[in-house]
Amino acid sequence: MFPSNRDAFLSWTIYGCGVFSAAIVVLILGFLIKESAPTLYHLDILRFFTDPSWHPSSSPPEYNLLPLIVATLLTTLGAIVIAAPLGIGSAIFSHFYASRVVGRAYGKVIELLAGIPSVVYGLWGLTVLVPLVSQWQPPGASLFTAIVILSIMILPTIALFAGAAFESLPKEHLQAAEALGLSRSRIVISVVLPASRTGLFTAIILGTGRAVGETMAVLMVAGNVVQTPYSLFQPVRTITANIALEMAYAMGDHRGALFVCGLLLMGIVIVLVSVAEWVSRGRVYG
Amino acid sequence: MIARVVFLFVVSATLLSGCSSQSGSDTAHQVVLTGSSTVAPLMNEIGKRFEESHPGVRIDVQSGGSSRGIADARRGLADIGMVSRDLRSDENDLTAITIARDGIGLIVHSENPVQSLTNEQIVQIFTGQIENWSQVGGNDAPITVVNKAEGRSTLELFLKHFELNSKDIQADVVIGDNEQCVKTVAGNVNAIGYVSIGTAEFDANAGVPIRLLPLGGIIASIENVQNGTFPLSRPLNLVFTKQETNFPKGIVGELIEFALSPEMHEIIQEQYYVPVKP
Repeated sequence: MFPSNRDAFLSWTIYGCGVFSAAIVVLILGFLIKESAPTLYHLDILRFFTDPSWHPSSSPPEYNLLPLIVATLLTTLGAIVIAAPLGIGSAIFSHFYASRVVGRAYGKVIELLAGIPSVVYGLWGLTVLVPLVSQWQPPGASLFTAIVILSIMILPTIALFAGAAFESLPKEHLQAAEALGLSRSRIVISVVLPASRTGLFTAIILGTGRAVGETMAVLMVAGNVVQTPYSLFQPVRTITANIALEMAYAMGDHRGALFVCGLLLMGIVIVLVSVAEWVSRGRVYG
Repeated sequence: MIARVVFLFVVSATLLSGCSSQSGSDTAHQVVLTGSSTVAPLMNEIGKRFEESHPGVRIDVQSGGSSRGIADARRGLADIGMVSRDLRSDENDLTAITIARDGIGLIVHSENPVQSLTNEQIVQIFTGQIENWSQVGGNDAPITVVNKAEGRSTLELFLKHFELNSKDIQADVVIGDNEQCVKTVAGNVNAIGYVSIGTAEFDANAGVPIRLLPLGGIIASIENVQNGTFPLSRPLNLVFTKQETNFPKGIVGELIEFALSPEMHEIIQEQYYVPVKP
């Protein structure tokens, strides 16, 4: 094979991979729109926000998605508030405070944590965490337990990406800071954190993405009652849990409304990715 | 450049055609069953025995709820739909064969001192008019009402029996399948939920701390479901589009007759369901 042939072959293959991945996204989006279009067409779109509640299979059906959206945002926000400081803190620990051996072992443990399937977290939450909380604040399955489980799940994601951000800092920064005789905590606060904030933002955005999309674990611990909570200990249902709970049994407009939920999730993810892109652009070139 | 564009078209055409192909059974040696998650494990076991005695035949069982069973049988996506309720009047284009019965029982934690509830009390608990166990002779503790997600046949049967509307139910926890309900009640002393009696008896015998409540003075047991005295019970049906003969021709009909044969009673009982008397 001539070098030019090989070149052409390689570029074709790469081109194919690119088209394939892009096509999947376009097909999924197209599929979601196609399946939700009939429902969006003959139901007034306002009904998804003004109906009394979510009772898609009673008569007349009700399709209010607002409680689901609020629940998704609250669980995600709560999880980020807990997991972001913990994750970034643990990354700082393993990179700047722990000894080389401990730091490396610690990194492996975090990687392991990231690899545990979500249903395992869910099972633990359902059989251990929920009964515990229910003795304190019945019924146990609630916004609170969902936030706790989600924080544990996205903590490793944030820790790993924060660690990668620290890893990519120019060595000169740290050497210069140490040459100035700055204390370890001063280096972390004044040099490391400001210099790696783009990476840290990305870590948090990726964690947010995982929290928004997480389904099984939340489904098992959140209680899944469709309502806008006024307390941390009330059960809630997220958009993903709603799809997972009802999709297998849904028909007609009920099914269409669940696809609208899917479209909504896709929209949230698109916004997140755009924000991440905008943040990294702004910092790198700005 | 033109070659690349052509390539693009080929790739996307392949992807699109993949989307529209039918997933039903194409060969005579595969039988596809879809539907009720209550019937699916049973048909899985029966299917395995059938495969043993009929080499070369594959039985593909997928769960997804009675509604899916009806829809798939109608659209031809499945050879047999599995439906855990009586057919409705608008479903008379299908034939249903009952292979077993299942009862729905109310379960509480085994440490709950309440021994029985009247139908009225059950309705009041599930609609939020009674919110504390002390109002029905139990501990002074708030009641955790465990309900099922919309579309489940267990929910439908429960609502129909107690003449409730799903909007009336004031749930504290909403769950998907029977096992999740059992786990939720086992983990919460003050919870009440409802599941298949088969599932509840199986778990209670396996040491899970739950207890079945009697209904209308009748003990929630497999025996009482079989003799038809337990009020809250349902048939487990295999449905298919109406044929000229009683059973569909060929391998599909053979499978249904096989499921009805007395040899299968043992398997039905192993799953804690109740065989239909021949």
